[in-house]
Amino acid sequence: MTLRQKLFGPRVPPTLREEHRARFLVPTLLLALAAVLLVTSIFQPYWRLTLLAPQYPGGLTVAAYLNRLEGDVREIDGLNHYIGMRPLGEAAELERSLSVFAVTAVALLVLASVFIHNRKAAWLTLPALLFPFIFLADMAYWLRDFGTNLDPTAALSSSVEPFVPPVLGTGHIGQFATWALPGPGLLLAVAASLAIIAGLWFHRRAYKPLVDALVGEGPESSA
Amino acid sequence: MPRKALWLVLAVAGVAIGSWLGGCRSGTAPAAFKTGGADVDAVIQARGLTPDDVYAAVKTFMPTGQHDDYVMFASGGHSGQLLAIGVPSMRLLKVIGVFTPEPWQGWGYSDETRAVLAAGNPEGVELHWADTHHPALSETAGDYDGQFLFVNDKAHARVAVVDLRDFETKQIVNNPVSLSDHGGTFATPDTEWVIEGGQYAAPLGHAYASIDRYAEEYRGMVTLWKFDRAAGRLLPEESFAIELPPYWQDLCDVGRLASDGWLFCNSFNTEMATGGIELGNPPFEAGASQRDMDYLHIIDWRKAVELAAAGRTREVEGFDVLPLDVAAEEGVLYFLPEPKSPHGVDVTPNGEYLVISGKLDPHVTVFSFAKIRQAIADGTFSGRDDYGVPIVSFDAALESQIELGLGPLHTQFDGQGYAYTSLFLDSAVARWALGGSSAADNGDEPWTLVQKIPVHYNVGHIVAAEGDTVSPDGGYLVSLNKWSIDRFLTVGPLHPQNFQLIDISGTGDSMQLLYDMPIGIGEPHYVQMIEAAKLNAWEIYPEVGWNPLTQSRDLHAVMAGEERIERRGDTVEIWMSVVRSHFTPERIEVQEGDHVIWHLTNIESAKDATHGFAMPEYDINLSLEPGESTTIEFDVERSGVYSYYCSEFCSALHLEMVGYFLASPS
Repeated sequence: MTLRQKLFGPRVPPTLREEHRARFLVPTLLLALAAVLLVTSIFQPYWRLTLLAPQYPGGLTVAAYLNRLEGDVREIDGLNHYIGMRPLGEAAELERSLSVFAVTAVALLVLASVFIHNRKAAWLTLPALLFPFIFLADMAYWLRDFGTNLDPTAALSSSVEPFVPPVLGTGHIGQFATWALPGPGLLLAVAASLAIIAGLWFHRRAYKPLVDALVGEGPESSA
Repeated sequence: MPRKALWLVLAVAGVAIGSWLGGCRSGTAPAAFKTGGADVDAVIQARGLTPDDVYAAVKTFMPTGQHDDYVMFASGGHSGQLLAIGVPSMRLLKVIGVFTPEPWQGWGYSDETRAVLAAGNPEGVELHWADTHHPALSETAGDYDGQFLFVNDKAHARVAVVDLRDFETKQIVNNPVSLSDHGGTFATPDTEWVIEGGQYAAPLGHAYASIDRYAEEYRGMVTLWKFDRAAGRLLPEESFAIELPPYWQDLCDVGRLASDGWLFCNSFNTEMATGGIELGNPPFEAGASQRDMDYLHIIDWRKAVELAAAGRTREVEGFDVLPLDVAAEEGVLYFLPEPKSPHGVDVTPNGEYLVISGKLDPHVTVFSFAKIRQAIADGTFSGRDDYGVPIVSFDAALESQIELGLGPLHTQFDGQGYAYTSLFLDSAVARWALGGSSAADNGDEPWTLVQKIPVHYNVGHIVAAEGDTVSPDGGYLVSLNKWSIDRFLTVGPLHPQNFQLIDISGTGDSMQLLYDMPIGIGEPHYVQMIEAAKLNAWEIYPEVGWNPLTQSRDLHAVMAGEERIERRGDTVEIWMSVVRSHFTPERIEVQEGDHVIWHLTNIESAKDATHGFAMPEYDINLSLEPGESTTIEFDVERSGVYSYYCSEFCSALHLEMVGYFLASPS
């Protein structure tokens, strides 16, 4: 096995590719789709929070994109100052500044995995696979941080105790009922992860025979 | 899957979805709802309500959170304000500050709003009240467009412009040609002109003449104010008045469709009575009522505009006036005899007929506009009056006369071919059927009285939904009654007036009284009723830092972080932001004798997040709506510690929303 083959896996002989076009196209398309879904997800909100209270008949909403917040942020910040919560714009500043580059890079890694015809491909897709969980974990961290670190000198500090806002699902704070839902962006990222899993399955089906054949050829075998 | 199976699946799915939807709907109200619940019957019994009462209640009650179908804009009479009232609930939605300072809205308490009021003052006089009479909604193609509202002040001949984006007054003009008015405001079908007619004849402008020179020197007028819709302002430099004989013009109506381009005003003292009861003369009330006929003024306003533009005017107090002889000679002004001291003229929706409500004559007299045009073209005149104005022959113009009752005053129209006329002395409203080209399929004979419904009491004007436009909606009519006598709890010798809502949605003699609304703020003379959906008022100002008078970004808007105090000699300029629940800055230090310029901006964008601003001893109260920016200026007269505070409840920490204005002795 050459170094090249060791690193990037076997190349597909042209005749084989002609005969079994679909076998080799499907994993490529699935992985490419995952990359596209990931990049598309940048333009959609990942997480949505709705606040309902008697004096807000239309409700208040916040939509969290990877790099910004949209919605009734000003109004919610205004209300939050009464309970001593910091302005929402102060949350996840580092994450938000890096996120677009990071997700693009992760998507490029997924695209690169198309050209890797051995197990190493899976490693390249790992960041993308884990991304939805990373996002939710980070969101949970910041929600906990903001909800538990309330300014004790705030006017309503006796009425509203520190709390942990739920990442997903319903909650309650002050006179507000809250519910948090994944946004289209997160769903696209999850879809990308599923596409990756499916893509890897087909990838293994397509390339494992070739790898085994290669291993069978010489005394050295790669794991 | 086999075809049949597929259809079966679809059918089952359809049934499932259908029953789910049906179930949803029936969850809200039972199919046949009667007042059959024991509780409701008990209430009806206990309160002694008749079936008509229950019908009226159900027709007018508005559950919480639901909105009215129509909005009435009524003049607030002596209050100098306008009233916005929802129909059919007959609830007062708002009092709009117009001619009189209104503290809750901060109207007349900031420099900018004081300037609007000051512009309407005669020279050297500060007015504090107005006799608001007739609001007019702006029109496009003869239909209400919900953009602007105009109203006159009879006592001082002023006209105000209200912008219906924020329901605030933007301009007040003072008519230099006349000291008082009456026949206004009325808008032309595309609101290029706003009409204001005079009433009590006097020498034009501020001139003086002895009353013995009445016929020679005293005159009436009708003013055409040019309206610039884009700027939302009347343009006095492009406006002009038409000089009229001293016949005491009363009310006007602007022609539409068939009569577009023509303006009609009635008069009621062609006798030219000058009173003097103390001298043994007949009093005005008798002297002005001697003749059987007065003159309807028929004015070709397009021609008048041309002549004014061509410079055929003379100036009175700097204002252009088209002289009476020019109007008479050039075919701008014609007269038509009308019985008998009538109170107005109302043009039918298609513009083809003019209805004169006779006041001292028990008929409504209907003239055909086509016949009037023909008579003018043919020269079918019965002579000229003392001022050379041609008089169209009564018989040539007459279409019909219908006897309705005593004291007909004002006529409105619906979409079913009916006309409604108020009968002051009969204390009733008459429904009668229109005929000719305005006849409709309502089952009633044209030009006949159909029903008279008693009202309580002594009705002046009436309003039907969109009843002054080319396409009235009908359905609701409100009778503006002058006397309420026994309708309400007694609240002292000065009784409220009474708006009565009447259901006119059926045909024949089906009119029914629905609701009494006491008006305890002034005498509303006239109302305009517009479909609520045509109004597009803002819920907050379009952007933070908005100046309501320029309707654009304020030059001195204060954004968050831009608050500061600048001192230049003994001038202190403050830029203050206002938000829940604090002012920034909260401490202002000045010295006695300083001149203070104070800019405030409400930087909220939530609906209803209004903040007030009250300053002790300076007679200041501002109302800052979300996004609004304003400026106040004053001199520090006396040292002291003044606590300025938010005067409109805004938040849980409203009482803590305060600041200290510390004026040290000099």
